[in-house]
Amino acid sequence: MITIKSDFLGMKLSNPLILASGIMGISVGSMKKIADNGAGAVTIKSISKEERLGHNNPTMFSFGDVFMNAVGYSNPGMIEAKKEFSDIDRIGVPVIGSVIGTKADDFVAVIEELGDIRFDAIEIPLSCPHTPGFGVLAGQGTPEAAYRITKAVRKATRLPIIIKLSANAPDLTIVAKAAEKAGADAINMGNTHGPGMRIDIDSGKPILDFKVGGISGPAITPVTVRCVYDIYESIKIPIIGTGGITTGRDAIEMMMAGALGLGVGTGIYYRGFDVFKKIANEIKDWMEKKGHLSLKEIIGVAHEG
Amino acid sequence: MRDDYPRSLEILEIEKEAKDLFTVFVKNTLDGFVPGQFVMVWIPSVDEKPFGVSYLEKDRIGITFEVKGKFTKKLAGMKKADIIGIRGPYGIGFPDPDSSTIVIGGGCGVSSLAPLMEKVKKSNSIIGARSKDMLLFRNRFKDAHFTTDDGTFGKKGFVTEILEEKLSALDKVSQVFCCGPEIMMSRVIEICKKYRKKCFISMERYMKCGFGVCGQCMCGDKVVCNEGPVFESKDVEGNPEFNHFARIKSGKKVPVSDYVRWRSCE
Repeated sequence: MITIKSDFLGMKLSNPLILASGIMGISVGSMKKIADNGAGAVTIKSISKEERLGHNNPTMFSFGDVFMNAVGYSNPGMIEAKKEFSDIDRIGVPVIGSVIGTKADDFVAVIEELGDIRFDAIEIPLSCPHTPGFGVLAGQGTPEAAYRITKAVRKATRLPIIIKLSANAPDLTIVAKAAEKAGADAINMGNTHGPGMRIDIDSGKPILDFKVGGISGPAITPVTVRCVYDIYESIKIPIIGTGGITTGRDAIEMMMAGALGLGVGTGIYYRGFDVFKKIANEIKDWMEKKGHLSLKEIIGVAHEG
Repeated sequence: MRDDYPRSLEILEIEKEAKDLFTVFVKNTLDGFVPGQFVMVWIPSVDEKPFGVSYLEKDRIGITFEVKGKFTKKLAGMKKADIIGIRGPYGIGFPDPDSSTIVIGGGCGVSSLAPLMEKVKKSNSIIGARSKDMLLFRNRFKDAHFTTDDGTFGKKGFVTEILEEKLSALDKVSQVFCCGPEIMMSRVIEICKKYRKKCFISMERYMKCGFGVCGQCMCGDKVVCNEGPVFESKDVEGNPEFNHFARIKSGKKVPVSDYVRWRSCE
């Protein structure tokens, strides 16, 4: 019997596909829709200490295989988030709480405030490429910052901690190792790429109101595969591969590179809410053809020999 | 592969429709547009917002808007040949109307219904506004029923009263289409339920992507931009957020009245 069940950080997942943070993670209703469409787990849209309006529109658009966004971490803040996510059990699959901050204390404050919400893990993005004060633009992606923030967060929660990194880091394996050393339970590799910019040639203005934005979509898959491949051998903790996964083939490649979890976000844009079911079925079909019975037989095989 | 970026278009014309109500016309580049669907309108370096289409002609489309906040003030001040961007059409529109469909619009909600009012029996359109000077399309739909809250034009009162009169008079009515404030649509749904008529409403929420990815426009378990904005009434009945809550830009859920106030400054 073929199974794509996955045991990830103690979460029993029906499949390794995890809704990535920032997409359809605004409410219990939105995440339930994704769970009903086959996701193994879901991640909330990141929550900060204070309410954030984010950038003006346009915040999102696509050019073929390239999807761009500069939402700017809009979120209602931790006090409202407590109400918003009070009944997450209704979602029906494990829920990962994504928490952002401009300094280590902020991450801790949000985690403590959301302490009563029954998240299954906490994700800490240190990698947003387009929001001042956060992620790459705040230097959170360096090995030192990753170590410091992970260490602080480790003391604040007993839940598994996932550190989300940027493919931009020149010393990716060192950052991943620093997070692992500080107590991270998993690495999410990674965020959107860039930032990039597209200009409307009639008005001469950048399309995104923030001018620059993160790049996602099928175009970035090869970079994610390479990044997962690079860090797989340098850390022992599991990896979620996020960035470009749109088809079963992308998912299989990501697992072969070493990913145990598979983040899917922009894939919804290209294939609909049921992209999760579609990818899961494509993985199963391929396994059947190849005679594989479980995902263990696939994960990391690109490193053998 | 999909492309969803704003396509720049020169403004062909801006016309004043009523007090604080204008229509901007651009070339019709929409493929297979269904009334009730919406487009995202971009003013470069300003913002981008969702709008219905009020004039659907072979060569051009018109978008009617009320001047309220920063965006609409800017749009009303633009001139012929200035550039705006359009992306879409997005969402699910109204079903095909037959001649015995009743079409009800309140305030600026009339705009996305106007192309449908052209298709139904002339006396089956009901248009309401607070006052005569804010009433849309008085000349475009001369035989429609008009109501104003203050009685300055047409019947004094609400569009829902005309609907109830029409339904109780046993006129042949196949279905009811409606767009306006949610309190009005909520009442229309109740009336349709009483007379066992199919009813479709068009919802408005603050949007970002417009194509069902970000979740900003969630209303209960509905993704308004993608599963709506037009819903059959049975699909929103019992929705805990319809006519009660909406999300502002941060994603914070607030009472609809607070949302409307916030929107009028945006």
